Amino acid sequence: MNKLMTTADVVDQLRDGMTIGFGGWGPRRKPMAIVREILRSNVKDLTVVSYGGPDVGMLCAAGKVKKLIFGFATLDAIPLEPWYRKVRESGALELLELDEGMWQWGLRAAGMRVPFLPTRCGLATDITKLNPELKTIQSPYADGEVLLAMPALKLDVALVHVNVADQLGNTLIQGGDPYFDHLVARAADACYVSAERVEERLALTPDQARLNTFERYLVKGVVHAPCGAHPTTCAPEYGWDMSHFKRYVASAAEEGGWQAYMDEFVTPGEAAYQVKNGGIERMGKLPLPVF
Amino acid sequence: MSNNTEFTLAELMIVAASEAWRGDGEVLASGIGVIPRLGASLAKLTYAPELLMTDSECFLIEEPIPLGPRGDYVPKYSGYMSFERVFECVWGGRRHAMIGPTQIDRFGQTNLSVVGDYKKPKAAILGVRGLPGNSINHINSFFVPNHSKRVFVEGEVDMVSGVGFNPARWEPGMKQDFMDIRRIVTDLCVLDFEGPDHAIRVRSLHPGVSFDEVQEKTGFPLLKAPELGETPHPTAAQLEIIRRLDPHDLRGAQIKGNPPGIRTAA
Repeated sequence: MNKLMTTADVVDQLRDGMTIGFGGWGPRRKPMAIVREILRSNVKDLTVVSYGGPDVGMLCAAGKVKKLIFGFATLDAIPLEPWYRKVRESGALELLELDEGMWQWGLRAAGMRVPFLPTRCGLATDITKLNPELKTIQSPYADGEVLLAMPALKLDVALVHVNVADQLGNTLIQGGDPYFDHLVARAADACYVSAERVEERLALTPDQARLNTFERYLVKGVVHAPCGAHPTTCAPEYGWDMSHFKRYVASAAEEGGWQAYMDEFVTPGEAAYQVKNGGIERMGKLPLPVF
Repeated sequence: MSNNTEFTLAELMIVAASEAWRGDGEVLASGIGVIPRLGASLAKLTYAPELLMTDSECFLIEEPIPLGPRGDYVPKYSGYMSFERVFECVWGGRRHAMIGPTQIDRFGQTNLSVVGDYKKPKAAILGVRGLPGNSINHINSFFVPNHSKRVFVEGEVDMVSGVGFNPARWEPGMKQDFMDIRRIVTDLCVLDFEGPDHAIRVRSLHPGVSFDEVQEKTGFPLLKAPELGETPHPTAAQLEIIRRLDPHDLRGAQIKGNPPGIRTAA
């Protein structure tokens, strides 16, 4: 069994109109090498499900996003995600804007193959008013409480970036917070992971093995993508690239800015991308942010 | 209260923010942003050591971490609080968060999503983030660095992200009991919702600020708390702790112009 493939192989699996979930959180451990491959492709009309960072912003900038299912989009140190903001303000996006907790609750429901899970989150806000497809349900027990029935967020494809994988599809997330990648993987028909390092077969100590957060039977393909989360963080190895973020943010204010960003960083391919950003040598040593 | 120590408005607001967590018991204190975080840290280091706090990433600490580059300082972790654990904490109600929403209305409803029309907004902000879940599950306070009618809007906020005391938004059977909106610390005053039927009131005024000025910069009518007085000044001991927690003076950049805590008449 060998699940090794390329970013191009992953994007070959995508179809127009698919619902795609992204791992990571804001500007942290996003599968950006695969995102760049999507940007180079003709795939369109995607429903993007993400705790949004530059994955959301870049896919919006490139006109790939038909609908966004999200709780936020941000670069954190730069609070407002520039391209999300620009495209969102143009009125071009269909939206399902969710509380952060509802978002993971919907993925959980999908992974558990139930139609919905109850929660209080979202009640009495504009979320339910703006999205009448979100229904409430009354507790069948004595309390009779009215709760929001968060529908399952079923994904066609999940894209996740991890620190380490093997050719069988075993994965390790070595940063302090694994975020919700396990739920993204479970909610999808097919999950593809990119990894900083790929081994033939992992042979781990118990402490290392605990950093495996979802099973390999969920993983359909493994891509070797060193610095594949750049310009987002990939703790504990490298931090976000603030100078790249600034360049990216500036592109949203320039006439033809997105095309220029594509020409400079994306279109020439991943090897050229690394050269443009100072090489793996620099990218892999970017300091982790301190709060 | 004054001991004639010089202090900035930011420092006064940190102390006012710290008061929000008094008496909460063992809850996760989440101060998002420089002033709320320093407020929570100050509370933990003075009258509320029982508070839980994180390193602003995913580990629990018992000693609040100074802000910014740490030099020799090495955080001492006491537990774990990944985002997944934060949701478990939020939904279980053992948290008091203080964040800075884009808009707040008379009901305590908050907005972090968009300004203007939802479909084609004048400004897209962050998205609702955790406000819907936070507001309906645990204690919340707010921080406003620029008290104005743009923040304290007339009518309802443009996109109700966090719930509040607006009866029109609640349907029969929905549980409101866990909603608990405490304080709003602004650059002019401290507000609460302890008026009749949770009406919003001015609880204290910062030195040199009048009730009329606050009212004029607010998009809805305010009540005066019967005990309305001046926001307590930081003590020398509090200032010493704040300066130790914020060695790079990040607080100095939080309020436009970094004004002194005691304003003289303009």
